[in-house]
Amino acid sequence: MKNLRTSIAALAAASGLLLAAVGCSPPPAAEPAGEGTSGAATAASAADLGGMDKLVEAAKAEGALNVIALPPNWANYGKIIEGFKTKYGITVNSALPDGTSAEEISTAQKLKGTDRAPDVFDLGQAVTLANTDMFAPYKVEKFDTIPAGLKEASGLYVGDYGGYMSIGYDSKKVPDVTSVDDLTKPDYKGKVALNGDPTQAGAAFNGVMMVALAKGGSADNIQPGIDFFGDLKKAGNFLPLDPTDATVQSGQTPLVIDWDYLNAANTAKIPTWKVVVPENAVVGGYYNQAINKDAVHPAAARLWQEYLYSDEGQNLYLGGGARPARADDMTKAGTIDQAAFAKLPKVSGTPVFLTEAQNKAAADTLNKEWAKVAG
Amino acid sequence: MARSRVARLSSALGLVPFLAYLVIFLIVPTLAVAVGAFTTAGRPSLANVAGLADGAILNSLWNSIVLSAVTALIGGVVGALLAYAVVTGRPDGLLRRLVTSICGVLAQFGGVTLAFAFIATISGAGVVSIWLDATFGTAFTSSTWLFELRGLMLVYSYFQIPLMVIVFLPALDGIRIQWREAASNLGATTWQYWRHVGLPLLTPAFLGSLLLLFANAFAAYATAAALVSQGSPIIPLWIRSALTSEVLLGRENLAYALALEMVVVVAIVMVAYSLLMKRTARWLQ
Amino acid sequence: MSASSAARTRLQVFRVVILVLTGAFFLIPLLAMLDFSTRDFLAEGRTWAAWGLLVTDPLLRGSIIISLVLSLLTALGMIVLLVPTMIWVRLRVQWMSRIVEFLCLLPLTVPPLVIIVGLKNVTLWLNYLIGDTPYWLAFLYVVLVLPYAYRALDAGLSAINVTILAEAARGLGASWLTVIAKIIVPNIKTALISASFISIALVLGEYTFASLLNFDTLQVTIALQSKANAQESVAASLASIIFAAALLIVLSFVSGGRKARRTVGTPIAPIPVEPTRETQ
Repeated sequence: MKNLRTSIAALAAASGLLLAAVGCSPPPAAEPAGEGTSGAATAASAADLGGMDKLVEAAKAEGALNVIALPPNWANYGKIIEGFKTKYGITVNSALPDGTSAEEISTAQKLKGTDRAPDVFDLGQAVTLANTDMFAPYKVEKFDTIPAGLKEASGLYVGDYGGYMSIGYDSKKVPDVTSVDDLTKPDYKGKVALNGDPTQAGAAFNGVMMVALAKGGSADNIQPGIDFFGDLKKAGNFLPLDPTDATVQSGQTPLVIDWDYLNAANTAKIPTWKVVVPENAVVGGYYNQAINKDAVHPAAARLWQEYLYSDEGQNLYLGGGARPARADDMTKAGTIDQAAFAKLPKVSGTPVFLTEAQNKAAADTLNKEWAKVAG
Repeated sequence: MARSRVARLSSALGLVPFLAYLVIFLIVPTLAVAVGAFTTAGRPSLANVAGLADGAILNSLWNSIVLSAVTALIGGVVGALLAYAVVTGRPDGLLRRLVTSICGVLAQFGGVTLAFAFIATISGAGVVSIWLDATFGTAFTSSTWLFELRGLMLVYSYFQIPLMVIVFLPALDGIRIQWREAASNLGATTWQYWRHVGLPLLTPAFLGSLLLLFANAFAAYATAAALVSQGSPIIPLWIRSALTSEVLLGRENLAYALALEMVVVVAIVMVAYSLLMKRTARWLQ
Repeated sequence: MSASSAARTRLQVFRVVILVLTGAFFLIPLLAMLDFSTRDFLAEGRTWAAWGLLVTDPLLRGSIIISLVLSLLTALGMIVLLVPTMIWVRLRVQWMSRIVEFLCLLPLTVPPLVIIVGLKNVTLWLNYLIGDTPYWLAFLYVVLVLPYAYRALDAGLSAINVTILAEAARGLGASWLTVIAKIIVPNIKTALISASFISIALVLGEYTFASLLNFDTLQVTIALQSKANAQESVAASLASIIFAAALLIVLSFVSGGRKARRTVGTPIAPIPVEPTRETQ
């Protein structure tokens, strides 16, 4: 009928026009505030701006810093943010504290050109390596004191803190854990939790890797870990619940496999919380700092990095139970916080750090096998 | 009175703002999803759709279907009974108004609050769990069934039942009391009335409502997102995982393919629903 | 007649049983929420601390305000978009009413999750044009509330004779704006209120869009706070359910008077209300 045809034609024409308009991206937004004024966006070191004092000046002029996915109890970030705020008087906007590394990147892409775009990233290794085109290279003052294996040569990304996978538990609620095999005992029924889903969260992924190492696997073979969790599930010991402050306090998750610095944060709240790194199953991982190429506050972002890698910043990480990237250098120089360093869990055995290739291979195996085992 | 094509077209133009709005905010995203599902790294490919055949994803699809079907059935039956109990009261009475308002809230209000309602009730630290364990010696306080498929079924029922009440009440309203009177005048018992008159009239509306409940459960995201923190037992959670995982990267286009799969399933169900509704409308004029 | 009074008793028993059982099913979790949010984990007593946080926690308070403003903006947007359109369809383009109805029910078919996944470019444009505030979510929410608002407004417009009213007003020289604003809208007040309340309730409970776009609305904050303070989240959840329920109950009483008069058919009953008079 004629009406139908005309209406369809009109609809199609209108849709076509709109589709064309909406299908393409909007024009690039106006350049972020700090860009033209101080040249901070392209500075690759403090020297480029004329020294630390000039950097501090430029950062204070920007007045704010956007950080993302930094929970206050994660490696003491709460105190670090406070320290930065007090020292320089710059407001810190902390977005999405429970975000994953992948969400940091996707948020930066989504908010590109807006005032809320994150200025700096704190990312797990896999995500860092996959997104180097989003970073701006920057060498902090103490760049040379960071071990070569922990940084990218031009400063695109630099390891900031790290730790080893550990088993943390409330000794009041479960018996002491001496090895990974203990976890299948009936004492631990419904009590063994991973910090997240291994196919989604880096901490959980490395937890499975740690168990794999303890059960005869290696950095190239994560299957024994997957199998062990299958056994745990059959025994009814595996608890597929994300541990949070609330669940740890209420005793719902009395045993958590997580980075040692995250478990250490629980000891601060629950005195009977013990942290143990299994012998000869030492999986290490460092997180990486990077500056957003399109940072809204480029000078503040660079100042933040300087702060993190200063003795003060690195010792604050240590206070949260994390191993600072400059630990070796600071121990030699005597600037490290000895008391906090002594509190770190004992580690026996050679730490294993996964390479990018091993990471990817293990992730692919997990993708195929984890659902079969843990549902 | 024949109106010229121009006049007809120009009056249709009055609808352009509305149509434009829908195109931008509804049609375009759906098309973007359809296109994205067949794209990988900027080029057309079938890889994502092929990825849908992965064992784990098929398992989740099956779980989604089972979850939707079971909760649609539970919601349908209990909701129909509740609607009947309400409709046999006074039409403007307090009970009916109260029930329909509360059903309105619970049906559309959203997943997060319901998730927390059940966490407070029957999770490990929940009130009812503690009571059940103390009274009957069960093991609810150490169990995590709430965060798995069975738990989802219980929580979904909580919003499926009210939705059924809302959707089915008009159908019950439409059954005229005169038909019941006529039947009893002809000597029918209650059972005969229902079997030969009531149920056949209500069946299309009932089935249609079941389909609506199915689609509602299949598309629901918020409840599952708030309850399930590990694993992706159903398709919407797979989409979340594909978009936010930091272990398995570059799966955005898989998310598009999964979203397309969701649209296809829901669209099929909704077409069946509208066909059934047309049949019902004939009786309820 | 004993048969019908037996039937009536059976019915009443049935009604009571069903209402009590479903009432318990719906009430128990709500009571559990109340208990959980007031439980004092350390001192074995009752504490209203979590409820106090509803007002004092800046994050929660901010998100409550954002959600409330968003819900009002959505209701406004829905009215501005739908009312003129539906009136226009009834007056001038009846042949498109089926299409418009289909389009309005379409959002039910496309899961919000899918819309969000495909919205990347549109959100970039919105950010660019309007700036970075959560309030442009209202545009998306209007799409979400379309099906429910359409049904409510459709019922309202069907009850009055739009054509006659409009033609009469136009005949007396009123402009289109006057027709819509001064003639028709006052006559569909109940439907408008109904559609608005439903929109508000829906927006207050919306989680998918806000969470995947990283905006801090009420539901997103509730989910977030659950990791730090579960009791606060539960208290906020209960408060929002009660608020929305109160809203809809008030609505049903406001429209209650009109509704009774406009009932489509008398309600179904297994036996007539006055058995002795009718069946004999």
